[in-house]
Amino acid sequence: MSTTLDKSLNDLIEAKVKEILDQRVEALVAEKLKKEKESRRKRLAIAVVSKGTIETAYAALILATTAAAMEMEVGVYFSFFGLNILKKGNQDKIKVVPLGNPAMPVAMPNIVSVLPGMTALATLMMKREIKKKKIATIPELMQIAMETGVTLWPCQMAMNMFNLKKEDLIDGLPDPVGAATFLEYAGEADITLFI
Amino acid sequence: MADTVKVDQTLDCKGLLCPLPVIRTKQAIDKMAVGQVLEMISTDPGSVADMTAWSKRTGHELIEHRQGNGLFQFYIRKAK
Repeated sequence: MSTTLDKSLNDLIEAKVKEILDQRVEALVAEKLKKEKESRRKRLAIAVVSKGTIETAYAALILATTAAAMEMEVGVYFSFFGLNILKKGNQDKIKVVPLGNPAMPVAMPNIVSVLPGMTALATLMMKREIKKKKIATIPELMQIAMETGVTLWPCQMAMNMFNLKKEDLIDGLPDPVGAATFLEYAGEADITLFI
Repeated sequence: MADTVKVDQTLDCKGLLCPLPVIRTKQAIDKMAVGQVLEMISTDPGSVADMTAWSKRTGHELIEHRQGNGLFQFYIRKAK
């Protein structure tokens, strides 16, 4: 009789201890996972190299500002013609280039788009649409990017190539850096884009 | 459900296109206190998927979204 009682008592104690332990382990694991997730923000690294045209600037700045709004860490590296986007007083002058562009909303043969004034005309038309549709402008996106902590790196080599000094670029940028700095940053990134 | 939720602030994003509704929402929520509810109104159909993704990434709770008459209303509770 007393052996049966001992056995069932032991079983009960064992079950209870197991339950408590399981609960503790679960809580600890959940807490660790939560901490891990919180401590590591997603990182987006963008290299803007190809062109200093309006579609390039839009792609880079829309993704950069949205990523910052999604609490990601964002770094954008401007090299070669992409540096054009960072030139002081230039944000409002970034062009739409119709030459060699088969996707213009109004079809324009290259023989026409090669004429003087066609780039200016295409840019004017697109800016009108941007204004009419209340689409964010490049200066506006640039300001949001800077206010929300997006790092906008100018490429040192491209600055030498185009004879640009730090004061030729917009204020508030970090010091120009080289490929290694960007790659070190991009190596730890969750998303990397080449635009 | 939203009728029972107390709205602390309303943000008008009518007429704005991507990425501005998301960016304005983030700017507004940053200035609010934890637990407060932001109502965001937009006309951009893309904002339905975008606000869901934004909420998932940031952890701010998208309590509900409603749509009708070309308007999209989002109710977001600041989580942290």
